Formats: sequence, C-alpha cells, structure tokens
Amino acid sequence: MTYLEFLKIYGPQFVGGSITTAMQALLAAALAIMIAIAAGLMRLSKNRLVYGTATVYIEVFRGTSLLVQLYWIFFVLPLFGLSLEKFTAGYIAVGMNLGAYGAELVRGGILSVPRGQWEAATALSMSPAKRMIRIIFPQAFLNMLPPWGNLLIELLKGTALVALISVADLMFVARKINGSTYLSAQAFGSALIIYYIMSRTLVTPFMRWLELVMNRKLGKV
Amino acid sequence: MIMFDWRWSFVWEILPRLAKATGNTVLAALLGYGIAMVLGLIFALAQRTPFPYLNRMIRESVEFIRSTPLVLQIFFVFYVGPQFGIMLSPWTAGMIAIGLHYASYLSEVYRAGIDSVPRGQWEAATALSLSTIRTYSRIIIPQAVPTAFAGMGNYLVGIFKDTPMLSVIGVAELMHTANAIGSEHYRFLEPYTLVGLIFLVISLPTAAGLRRAEAKIRKRMGLRPL
Repeated sequence: MTYLEFLKIYGPQFVGGSITTAMQALLAAALAIMIAIAAGLMRLSKNRLVYGTATVYIEVFRGTSLLVQLYWIFFVLPLFGLSLEKFTAGYIAVGMNLGAYGAELVRGGILSVPRGQWEAATALSMSPAKRMIRIIFPQAFLNMLPPWGNLLIELLKGTALVALISVADLMFVARKINGSTYLSAQAFGSALIIYYIMSRTLVTPFMRWLELVMNRKLGKV
Repeated sequence: MIMFDWRWSFVWEILPRLAKATGNTVLAALLGYGIAMVLGLIFALAQRTPFPYLNRMIRESVEFIRSTPLVLQIFFVFYVGPQFGIMLSPWTAGMIAIGLHYASYLSEVYRAGIDSVPRGQWEAATALSLSTIRTYSRIIIPQAVPTAFAGMGNYLVGIFKDTPMLSVIGVAELMHTANAIGSEHYRFLEPYTLVGLIFLVISLPTAAGLRRAEAKIRKRMGLRPL
C-alpha cells in the first residue's frame, strides 16, 4: 500500500482525531488562561491565605506529572463522588496543569510593568480594580505573550495524553490505525506531522498576530 | 456514591513495590538526561557549522521534535523499529525517544547560553589563534554555563516528570507499577495518590536545590544574582 492509498483510507479518521484534539486544546487553553489569571493575581496578594492557596495549587500541579494528574482526575475523583466524562476529564486535567505554569507567567508579566504606571494610576485616583484592568493588565498581557506562545504549544502536546483515557483524539486514532494495520511509520508519522502543522501554522502565527494587534493597541508600533 | 476510604494497610503493602519503581523512574530520568545532554550539545553545535543547509536542517528537526508530543514519539520509536526488522526493548526505545526529545530542548538552552557570551570573547580567542575546539572548550562553554544552568535545571525536573509516559510501552516505572497495582487490587486511590506524592517529594526539593546551585554558580562567576 502506498502512502497515498493509506491517506485515502485513513485520512477521514485523522481529520476526526484532529478535530477532537483541536477541541481539547481550545477548551484546555480557555481553562488554563482563566486559572492562570486567577492564580497569578492571587500570588500577588498580601493576604497569606489567598497567596498560600495559589502557591499550593501551583506547586502541586507543577511538581507532579500531567499524566499522573490526568489519571487521578479520571480514576480517583469518582471515589470522592465526582465523576467526570472522559472528554471533560481530559481538558480539565490539561487546563489545570498548564494553568499552573501560566500563573507564574501572569505574575511575572504583572511585576514587569514599571512602577510609574502603578503610581500614575493611583495618582489619578483609580480604584485598584480599575487600575489593574485598564492600566496594568493590558501592558502585562503584551509582556507575557511570547512565553504564552510556548506554553500553548506545550498545551497542544499535552492533549495527546488524553488518548490514554480513550478520548478519540489524534493520538488515539494513530494508535488505533497502528493496531489494525501494523503500518506504524505511516500511522504515527502522519499524526506527528499533523501535530507539527497545528503548532507551527496555527499556534505560532496566531500568537504573532496577537502580539502585533496588542502592540498597535498600546501604541507601540 | 462510593465513599472514599483510604486504607493505610494497603499503603504499607504496596509501598515497597512503588519504592522499587521509583528507582526505575529516577534511573530513566537520569539516563535520558545524560543522553539528552550529549545529543543536545551536538544539535546546538551542528547549527553553527559553516554549512547553511546542514544548519537549517538541524534547526528544523529540532523544531519538529520540540513541537510534537513526546508520548507519540515514544510510540513511534517503539513500533516503527519492528516494521523494518529492528526490535527495540521498551527501555531502549524509551531512552531514545525521551533522550531525543529533551536533546532538542537542551540544544535551545545551550544555544541561548552560547549566544549570551559577548562577541569580544570570540574575537579574543581568534586573536590568540586558538583552535575551534579550544575556543569552545576553554573560552565559550565555561562562560555559557551560568546562563544555561537555569534552563538545564528546569529540564532535569521536566524529564523526571515526563517519565510516566514511558509506561505506555511497558517500562516498569512508577506509573506503570501504579497501574498494575490498581488493576490487581481494583483500588486506584492509594497507588495514584502515592505516585503523585512521590513526584512532589522528589521534584520540589530538587527544584529548590537547583535554584540554590544556580545562585552559587552565578556568584562564583561574578555575575549579579537574578
């Protein structure tokens, strides 16, 4: 069987798997961004309890493996009465894990905004919330975009693990095709190429575009 | 709803097996990291040759390995060999895959380190007519170490946390053992929780130790603390 014939037969399955992977990645990214902002801001709090909670969260999720977290959420949480469907468990685990890494980027981004900006906002008697939303966060956001690009690629790669709890993503499809045809190079090779295309032609250009837009909005071009 | 009940007796029963598997996990991480350190240096230096095509090819390969999932690469290495008549044991395949993956990360760390050495150092080495090998080994690499150390430390902890992926091809590390215990006893609470705790207990102090070591190295090299 030539590679073209292989693609003709199994192409639709790869497309289906890629869509699932993309959905997992989008949902996980949305969750990761929300968690990162919340935990990142909490890390800047002076309240010991708030700061401590975020620190414990970040250390636990960064100190253990994504795979361990995924299995724990999928197999152990039901024992506490919280059963998640495999699709949900998948993106929640990936999102919570990458959110912990993102929190440190958010914290670093906010701390990188020059003091004068804080002082100017205070001098204009802005409330702390308004100061954060209108002045500090937009500038911090621009500063942290480049590392977020890398993080989102890590996130996309992380979603491959959800195949291990039988979510029918790209990796799962590749394994299935490998199991039925023994054409390992074609099955796994195609999946590798699709992952590469996704990260190089979707994630990276999107982040570049976002950077450009933010630069313009903040009048930096 | 099944109430969760934590059984200490079960914990004591399975702890010796998990401890043994922890040894394998640490061994896999160290072996993989050793391979990655050497290969990564080759990748980094192979992007600085006088041959633009070779540089470009290595650069793209590194990008490819970096932006595709490790777990898929592990499957690829393990299953593609037999298709062409090369049988690899799970350990060999796993070490090749994880070593290559982290080599691509480390090559970027090395590259950043080498780039951070000021131009004057290269020029001085040329002026003293040092050979390329001596320039790298005596002048450039020692100065690149402090910059590269933080990244290298992060990836040491990273590779340790990625070893559970080796369980998918049957390397008897922590995750694999926890899965086996879980399916033998139909109890997943204790094995998975213990695996998580073991990872925390090893990775947090290691990360803290590496940070301290980094500060020490920077101080010795006369650099300002970060």
